[in-house]
Amino acid sequence: MGRKLDPTRKEKRGPGRKARKQRGAEVELARFLPPVEEQVSPQKEKHAVKAAGQTARGRSGFSDGNSKWLAPAKAKKIQPKGNHVELSSDGEVEESSWEMEEEEDGSSEEMVDDYGASSSEEEELLPIEKAALKQKSDREGLSEDDSEEEEEEEAEETNKQKMGQKEEEGPDLQLNLDIDEQFKLPTSEEIEKEDILFISPPDLHVIHQRIQGNVEVLQDFGVKREEGRSRQEYLTLLRRDMAAYYSYSDFLLTKLMDIFPLPELINFLEANEVPRPVTIRTNTLKTRRRDLAQALINRGVNLDPLGKWSKTGLVIYDSTVPIGATPEYLAGHYMLQGASSLLPVMALAPQENERILDMCCAPGGKTSYIAQLMKNTGMILANDSSAERLRSVVGNLHRLGVTNAVVSNCDGRQFPKVLGGFDRVLLDAPCSGTGVISKDPAVKTNKDEKDILRCAHLQKELILSAIDSVNAASETGGYIVYCTCSIMVEENECVVDYALKKRNVRLVATGLDFGKEGFTRFKDRRFHPSLKSTRRFYPHTHNMDGFFIAKFKKFSNAIPQAKKEPAVEAAAPSTVPDTITEPPPKKKKLEGSKADKEQKLPQPALKKKRSFQAQRRPLKA
Amino acid sequence: MRPLTEAETRAVFEKLGKYIGENIQLLVDRPDGTYCFRLHRDRVYYLSEKLLKLAASVPRESLVAPGTCFGKFTKSQKFRLSVTALDFLAPYAKVGPGPRGPRAGPTAPHSSAPLLQYKVWVKPGSEQSFLYGNHVLKSGLGRITENTAQYQGVVVYSMADVPLVSARPLPGLRGCGVGDLPHLPFTPQGFGVAAKSTQECRKVDPLAIVVFHQADVGEYVRNEDTLT
Repeated sequence: MGRKLDPTRKEKRGPGRKARKQRGAEVELARFLPPVEEQVSPQKEKHAVKAAGQTARGRSGFSDGNSKWLAPAKAKKIQPKGNHVELSSDGEVEESSWEMEEEEDGSSEEMVDDYGASSSEEEELLPIEKAALKQKSDREGLSEDDSEEEEEEEAEETNKQKMGQKEEEGPDLQLNLDIDEQFKLPTSEEIEKEDILFISPPDLHVIHQRIQGNVEVLQDFGVKREEGRSRQEYLTLLRRDMAAYYSYSDFLLTKLMDIFPLPELINFLEANEVPRPVTIRTNTLKTRRRDLAQALINRGVNLDPLGKWSKTGLVIYDSTVPIGATPEYLAGHYMLQGASSLLPVMALAPQENERILDMCCAPGGKTSYIAQLMKNTGMILANDSSAERLRSVVGNLHRLGVTNAVVSNCDGRQFPKVLGGFDRVLLDAPCSGTGVISKDPAVKTNKDEKDILRCAHLQKELILSAIDSVNAASETGGYIVYCTCSIMVEENECVVDYALKKRNVRLVATGLDFGKEGFTRFKDRRFHPSLKSTRRFYPHTHNMDGFFIAKFKKFSNAIPQAKKEPAVEAAAPSTVPDTITEPPPKKKKLEGSKADKEQKLPQPALKKKRSFQAQRRPLKA
Repeated sequence: MRPLTEAETRAVFEKLGKYIGENIQLLVDRPDGTYCFRLHRDRVYYLSEKLLKLAASVPRESLVAPGTCFGKFTKSQKFRLSVTALDFLAPYAKVGPGPRGPRAGPTAPHSSAPLLQYKVWVKPGSEQSFLYGNHVLKSGLGRITENTAQYQGVVVYSMADVPLVSARPLPGLRGCGVGDLPHLPFTPQGFGVAAKSTQECRKVDPLAIVVFHQADVGEYVRNEDTLT
């Protein structure tokens, strides 16, 4: 230590323990040797050890055969950044930090190694190190082939593929790889062999790499494709790989691939692996957000306001005490609630002294938010069809000090019969839960076509009941908000479209200025153009649970009749327009073409209704 | 859902009287309307007449909870007060206007005289124990209102409480917004019955029970299922 041969030349040493060690002979000698190599700095010296361990793939990775499975934890990095979903001034969610993370994630396993704090850009290799590199890369090429018994052909491909994809990603990585390498799609025989010879469990690392490569190719298919291989083959392989890697059923993955473009799909799948941040809503009936935040901070909770769009939300980063059991919680000062659950109530905008119906209220978060916005005036009927879940509703309402609510246990479809004439209705329909996969991973595999259709059917019935329970003539109201925590088009846009056709309602702006617009067309379906006012929220872009919100305004209490006999078609239209006011006919003309397409719906119950409609429309139009 | 019978009303008012004294009338005739008590499945609910109309239209089997539950009648027809009534009984002093912040709306000062409120403050260490349903021992007793008789109903507070937003007004009341904040610094933790009068409390040994536990806020988490 400190054997300085030249006291006038003081070298800068980096921080850390290892900087204090005596540097190697090369460094010491370098001072005397002619400057063949570049100057050596202590910083590089630190990297020298690391550099010696580098692989042919560039900076990242360890040199031994563990590189495939030994990846420094990158997931940790995502979480804290993801929590900061702040709105920029124009109201759009600042996705930059979140998405950037995701991009890096998607691109490669960029090893964030703490050893060697600064990035390796300025590093230049000593001749000794270059030699070591070459040696290591040769060794690695061999070892990869050996380790994978059942994927001999693919090992080579994956190796090449890894190299190939590297140059596309991350400008941070310095790559000295061959540009021409590209993703080689394994033939179907190889894939089958993989299945049959299931000697060892699937190598997730390899699969992940293959997914990356596949997506690369599909993005730029014309250029990067392999001759003679169709796009379908690539897609099939991609689906299989993603299903294996993220544990989804093939059905769900197909659905998701229809909704999202490929890079976004990867982000979505990744986001579903990570839980969303815990958020709470201040109960303004009992306290202020400022005071609550102060009180919780005093208890040792790390929190922040949720965003510009909410005046009552707080996001919890970490806490020394259990959030569900603090004295403030017991006193009813806040409610644990997801950020996306605040949105439908904000869209509903209940006014004081109104009559509100919440059709599927359990566990009571939205109901209590409605009550607090109404300041305990007016009346809320909080209904849910499940008696067990209603217990939590009662508990929450009592705890939060809500006094204007009546809790009931009816099936939502009974509604206008039981009680009608409400000013506003909130329908948070039971759904397949594909937006909250991060909370309930079982959804990945246990949902199939039948479940989605069943949910959609129920939602359609419920939305009609909800619309019928509203009094269109109410002075302050006449609004229905329909929301689900699902991202499936069958449960969202289709249901909304159905409601538009069946009842005298129209879509209005939700009042939420962020979020993605709903689809107006999807695959072969065409929806009403006003569906642009609905909103979709995704976990990977907004860092909240997947959600869909639509707001209707009912403009007439009359119910348009569906004609059952096509023969009476010519005569019937004369009666129908009497009850329906001007806007619907315009809408129906648009929908005439859609009705034909909807005949393709497999569900028998609905099919009947639709065929009637279809028969009606063309003649009428 | 039916109105309470004579006997039931007497039982309920007697129990409430233990905690809030004579001013039960204040609970019934509020500035924002008349409130009433109704019985539904052996539980007593407190709701405004407007809400009553809505609740009456719901079929009886489907009705779960009209308004706020105050307590229930046991099998032997004794009335047991539950923690869900805490919000109404606890802050029953001269309810002044709240600060601008809480959007529970402006509050009305009651015309009544300040209520004799018997309060008990529990030391921070024993607060947890009370929240788990145990009685309060002398060792955990911080303060107690003067002249508390034996078996007097008391509201239990915690000394550990930092003054949270003071004067949480009776929910739903409307009133003026001028700010003389009444001194309601701590949030109530539950109900109890004084086991010993104040004088005796001074003399008794540290392990003796001074307040019998009746209801506490911890029940929202512990007994969520049985609240309805």
